[in-house]
Amino acid sequence: MKTAVKKVLIIGATSAIASACARLWATQGSDFFLVARNVEKLQQTAADLKARGASHVTLHEMDANDIEAHPLMMGRCLTALGQIDIALIAHGTLPDQKACERDVHMALKEFANNCTSVIALLTVLAMQFETQRCGSLAIISSVAADRGRPSNYLYGSAKAAVSTYCEGLQARLFKVGVHVTTIKPGFVDTPMTQGLSLPAALLAQPAQVAQRIVKGIANKVPTLYAPGFWALIMLFIRSIPQPVFKRLNL
Amino acid sequence: MSTPLYSWGRFPRRPQRGHGCVWLDELPAQMDRVIGAHRSSLPYGNGRSYGDSCLAASDEVLHMRSLDRLIEADWTTGVIKAEAGITLAEVLAVAIPRGWFLPVTPGTQYATLGGAIANDVHGKNHHVRGTFGRHVLSFGLLRHGEPERICTLATQPELFAASIGGLGLTGVIHWAQIQLMPIRASQIDTTTVRFANLAEFFALSAELDARHEYSVAWVDCLAKGAETGRGVFIVGDHAQYGSLEAGQRKKLSVPLTPPVSLINKLSLSAFNNLYWRLHPSQRRQGRSAYEPFFYPLDRILHWNRMYGRRGFQQYQCVVPAANAEAAMGELLRTIADAGQGSFLAVLKRCGALASPGLLSFPLEGTSLALDFAQSEALENVLFPRLDAIVRAAGGRLYPAKDAHMSGADFRRAYPAWEQLEALRDPSLMSRFWSRVIL
Repeated sequence: MKTAVKKVLIIGATSAIASACARLWATQGSDFFLVARNVEKLQQTAADLKARGASHVTLHEMDANDIEAHPLMMGRCLTALGQIDIALIAHGTLPDQKACERDVHMALKEFANNCTSVIALLTVLAMQFETQRCGSLAIISSVAADRGRPSNYLYGSAKAAVSTYCEGLQARLFKVGVHVTTIKPGFVDTPMTQGLSLPAALLAQPAQVAQRIVKGIANKVPTLYAPGFWALIMLFIRSIPQPVFKRLNL
Repeated sequence: MSTPLYSWGRFPRRPQRGHGCVWLDELPAQMDRVIGAHRSSLPYGNGRSYGDSCLAASDEVLHMRSLDRLIEADWTTGVIKAEAGITLAEVLAVAIPRGWFLPVTPGTQYATLGGAIANDVHGKNHHVRGTFGRHVLSFGLLRHGEPERICTLATQPELFAASIGGLGLTGVIHWAQIQLMPIRASQIDTTTVRFANLAEFFALSAELDARHEYSVAWVDCLAKGAETGRGVFIVGDHAQYGSLEAGQRKKLSVPLTPPVSLINKLSLSAFNNLYWRLHPSQRRQGRSAYEPFFYPLDRILHWNRMYGRRGFQQYQCVVPAANAEAAMGELLRTIADAGQGSFLAVLKRCGALASPGLLSFPLEGTSLALDFAQSEALENVLFPRLDAIVRAAGGRLYPAKDAHMSGADFRRAYPAWEQLEALRDPSLMSRFWSRVIL
């Protein structure tokens, strides 16, 4: 394939899925602008990417919930990269559903982590991509977005809002030649899912998911389930009639 | 990480709970937490040790696999520094395209860097490069409640020696710096020839080992009488011309564990016979990608499941050169009479290069390794016989593969065990160590 050096912006760069994707882009000699809350973790991620072939890595400390800080981050990013070929939004948290049902502040905080901060970032990024008229924008949503399950509907609703927002953004940016990919990972073996008892047969490794994501972005796939079999699982789950669904404990 | 962890042989069946760690700076706190709650623990890499050396006495392990980052790589000198949970396959994937290779590699690329040091692994080039530990420049060692120690031969000679082959007991090796070996191509030029008996193996080994980087033999462990020890001898060298390609091969997988072992006397003798007959009686030169040459079994992910729910044990011993031919003959005759064993037994001459490690397994002589489906008869009948032969010949067994050796045998064969015990982190304890020491 083409081997031009890619300019990659990653928000939530220390997350397991994001750093696995970054490793794949690093082997192609990409330039990175990495954003995360914790600078020490960013430095460890950056060292790994440099050893794997990344040309330049610029680090930026930012809490995605700090919406006022987004324009400054964009400015620094453009100074470092010149343009953005790939932007990946990967930050997020997995809320404790039961606790959120009793604590409205916690619920709204988690909703902000997973939804409003993403919409805010996409607002800034979309303007840049409209100016550029090229590049790819990828957002990590979740299979949880496809249906409101009693076990995690707060997370699911935040991701559903992100997915719907991205669908609209897709149509808007398509007209200027910018591609938007909504990524819906299933169960992935990451620090975020640690402690959950997930079925081993469905648990994917971050490296495996990353390969599918990197390929999906390159192939301009609009909605990407990762691993692919989740498309089938979710097709089935979406088709369960509501009177049955509400009686299940999924 | 909520799924239970086992050793590679799935015997003894002691499910381990893994306590993961994703960032180096979080390791001391995680270690405090696990040891505080369960009194002792043990670092666990990717679970490629066969027996109980990777199982914690408390069944609560520090799961190191997520610490898989490179920290620094100098591709002009081939010195890399990486977190201990990186696998050898992941090291090769970045090193090969830049013209570097592991100076020593075991028979699986799915072992971790930390595990390779803690077991002081060796490979098909032991006769020219010694063990993995000889190529380790430094590593970080974390002992419970102490600040991190950076161990090199010069700064921490005692802990450096004790940790190489130290079975993860001297502290948690959480990063390491190693010297890679330059290559011009990732392919291996091979020469293959079959041999009719053990005497021919020793003759071939004497003639060919000195001239080649890699040397190994597969032996038909069921062949009897005059054919005892018949097998296939393979030597190889890194090709001078070719390409630098990492990890191209598609992997197969054993998707589930059958209730009983698929490896039995019938499948075994059919396979071994066929394998021997398919190989040339005259020396034949060939070229192989590095993966099928070094890691034939890695082709099949989860191949250990083939042995069924009860699992299997590997028997690997090394016998000093003076007694090697006689002892190997006796071992193979005993195994053939029992009619048990694995598809392929591995026979390999180990060289004289000393390891920096205190409890390193190889010694100058010949090593034999093969797998056995788990059964009570192993421990009651076959292994005591094999152990007696190894003991009489002055040989020893490999802790990384072991689930049965007696404490007396271990302490006789590894007299430095007391030094290791003195340097052990009191908060780290394996099922193996408590079995052979206490």
